[in-house]
Amino acid sequence: MSGKFLTWIDDRFPLTKTWNEHLAQYYAPKNFNFWYYFGSLAILMLVLQIVTGIFLTMHYKPDSNLAFASVEYIMRDVPWGWLMRYLHSVGGSMFFIVVYLHMFRALLYGSYREPRELLWLIGCVIFVALMAEAFMGYLLPWGNMSYWGAQVIISLFGAIPYIGDGLSEWIRGDFVVSDATLNRFFSLHVAALPLVLVALVFVHIVALHKVGSNNPDGIEIKQNKDANGVPKDGIPFHPYYTVKDIVGVGVFMMLYLGIVFFAPEFFGFFLEKDNFAPANSLQTPPDIVPLWYFTPFYSILRAITYPLFGIDAKVWGVVAMGLSIFLLFLLPWLDRSPVKSIRYRGPTYKVMLTLFVVAFIILGYMGMKHPDHTDLIWFKNVRWAQLGTLVYFAFFVSLPFYSRREKTKPVPERVTFK
Amino acid sequence: MKKIIIALVLAAMPPLCTAAESQVPLDSVYVNLNDKASLQRGARLFVNFCLSCHSASFMRYNRMANDLDISEDLLKENLMFASGKTGALMKTTMPADDAKKWFGVAPPDLTVVARVRKPEWIYTYLRSFYLDEASPSGWNNTLFENVAMPHILYELQGSQRAVFKEENGVTEFDRFELQEPGTMTPAEYDNAMRDLTNFLVYLGEPAKLKRYTIGVFVILFLIMLTVLSYLLKKEYWKDIH
Amino acid sequence: MADDRVDKGRRRFLTAATTGVGLVGGAFAATPFILSMAPSERAKAAGAPVEIDISKLEAGQMIREEWRGMPVWVLNRTQDMLDRLPKIEEWLADPESANSSQPEFAINEWRSLKPEILVLVGICTHLGCAPVENFAIGPGSGLGDDWPGGFFCPCHGSKFDLAGRVYKGVPAPDNLAVPPYRFLSDTVILVGEDGGAEA
Repeated sequence: MSGKFLTWIDDRFPLTKTWNEHLAQYYAPKNFNFWYYFGSLAILMLVLQIVTGIFLTMHYKPDSNLAFASVEYIMRDVPWGWLMRYLHSVGGSMFFIVVYLHMFRALLYGSYREPRELLWLIGCVIFVALMAEAFMGYLLPWGNMSYWGAQVIISLFGAIPYIGDGLSEWIRGDFVVSDATLNRFFSLHVAALPLVLVALVFVHIVALHKVGSNNPDGIEIKQNKDANGVPKDGIPFHPYYTVKDIVGVGVFMMLYLGIVFFAPEFFGFFLEKDNFAPANSLQTPPDIVPLWYFTPFYSILRAITYPLFGIDAKVWGVVAMGLSIFLLFLLPWLDRSPVKSIRYRGPTYKVMLTLFVVAFIILGYMGMKHPDHTDLIWFKNVRWAQLGTLVYFAFFVSLPFYSRREKTKPVPERVTFK
Repeated sequence: MKKIIIALVLAAMPPLCTAAESQVPLDSVYVNLNDKASLQRGARLFVNFCLSCHSASFMRYNRMANDLDISEDLLKENLMFASGKTGALMKTTMPADDAKKWFGVAPPDLTVVARVRKPEWIYTYLRSFYLDEASPSGWNNTLFENVAMPHILYELQGSQRAVFKEENGVTEFDRFELQEPGTMTPAEYDNAMRDLTNFLVYLGEPAKLKRYTIGVFVILFLIMLTVLSYLLKKEYWKDIH
Repeated sequence: MADDRVDKGRRRFLTAATTGVGLVGGAFAATPFILSMAPSERAKAAGAPVEIDISKLEAGQMIREEWRGMPVWVLNRTQDMLDRLPKIEEWLADPESANSSQPEFAINEWRSLKPEILVLVGICTHLGCAPVENFAIGPGSGLGDDWPGGFFCPCHGSKFDLAGRVYKGVPAPDNLAVPPYRFLSDTVILVGEDGGAEA
């Protein structure tokens, strides 16, 4: 009965074929480790954000006079509305945690290297789209931090010579952040960007399944196949990685829902105190701070304090911030090491990557702090941010020079397993 | 216009930190949302005093009554002055325009004030009003200098004077001296303000009353699911050598 | 790849158990999402029972109030109006209110708690238009020489009598609905709640 039905479907839609190609007979390397959970978790977060977002949109009002109240309406009057809201607000931060770890995995094991350059580029575009999505979503509660955060970031576009002022007015649809801005950000946040993200993630997976997954050894498992054409080090994604990923989902959900139920503001990191005051165009919050996932880049923006070639420091800050993201796109061509995985790379890369991670964390921390204060030892926050910026760029700039001559360890023929 | 905005934003961007907050140390306060009696007393203070000028315009009377185990009759008799319907939002009867005329600023909505300010801040603020002839209302506050709000609770606390000390040419607040006692002793007043702070924390997020309990069940369930799926994973991965 | 030593039973049991627990979890997770679409506290507050003061309602007069966003009519019928009700039953589609929507207590010849006070939801049972009252009798009404007074829906011409009962041969299928209500006092009606009462 079900066999007949399946045939009927398969004659009209490639169901069994798709299932086999992407799950039951998609061969993934058997040596995936901890870092390989974050791809499936990122998809989970995308789906959860879309679902909770749909339910929030049923009650939210994108109107500068009603937005703040409608969020409190969701928090109080809508049955279980508070849960939808926290799932979504905490979910945004969890999404970025997952995506940052997913990207770090690529740095560890050279997942951006040939033949996965395009896969990496699509991933970078997803990252940029995700930042836009998060930035616009953050305006919607229409709290005072929402308002001033948007005001400051949109004004960055004003730094672009000649067209800057016109461009930032065009983005806002007004001379300041206003109802028009809120309304268009709402439209982009709930319709345009989610569509773009879903399409990009689909393309990302198609590209992945074309080239096959990398692994912690950086070995191409397709180069070593058995008589049936199955990679010797490959195992079917389903059931082996589906059951494994379910465990990952379980552990991740404990963390995620633990925060949702026990600390949804996460000590001001996921929901800021100043955002519980309604937007006020006449009063800035004492510290305008973006949410934590933007602070490394915000730090780079503020780290440039010297004018150069007669051009304002502010312009250079914007350039540096743009460049810090753009360099990620170039990574496949900057890295010229003969091996992919950090397991077989020389000490220079290990040191540089460690410094890069430390710099990224310091930049993130300094982005939340006042530049002129001293919150860490030795010197002012702005100096730390400048040091972090230097290390951040040094990681990319030095890579093509040392990676080519890197002293590597021999890469084994088969993956390391147990 | 455009230039002004850019200048404004630029001015706000790098330094950002210019809070005109005074550096009075905050007193710690024990917030306990399971203490229904304290929340009920706090609700009574809130409705009797705060709600005369401030609104809690995202909160409904009947929600408060349900959450705090206040019966409908009690709610109607003791806690509702302004409106008739128990489902109504807790809005002040004072028109915002008048309030602005009288105080210079419209009294802010207090529904989520405890999520903007720390509970310790609220608790300290409510106990830091002192007589100040120089101020238009006759009152000032050590925590919130030149606050527009008069000391609405003075008949409970009585009136106090602030004693300042000079140290290295800097005038610093030293202590309060009770000028004229109110209907409450200082200890009673502190307890009442703790009740009010407790209530404001509840008011900021009513869902807090139940989210911890639900969270415990959710985590327990997830532990069960994760253990099961781990065993399942172990079982399947026996195939892989 | 399947091994001969694989314990098929254990594998099947664990698969079933994980799936089962997962499905239960899914159902739990779906619940808040589904419930979030139910009327919110604001909708409930707006839809709360309304009190209607009828102390100034003279015989033969009608007032309109709103309950849950719907028009509610209260008509204080004269003795003359009440006397006419039984005489036109042959023209009506459902004179006994057998197929119509009303609280138990309103299934009687006046369709009301107190004979003279009629409470109706003023929405035509055909397609939801708002009928208008026409209490004039005979030619003066513009609805025919034998019109005994009642309600007329301008959208599609449905006719109702002074108890909200629908005429035969008009598009509306049922009598106008009677909302739940009760008397708080002789002069105040609470619409939206009948106190679970039979009266």
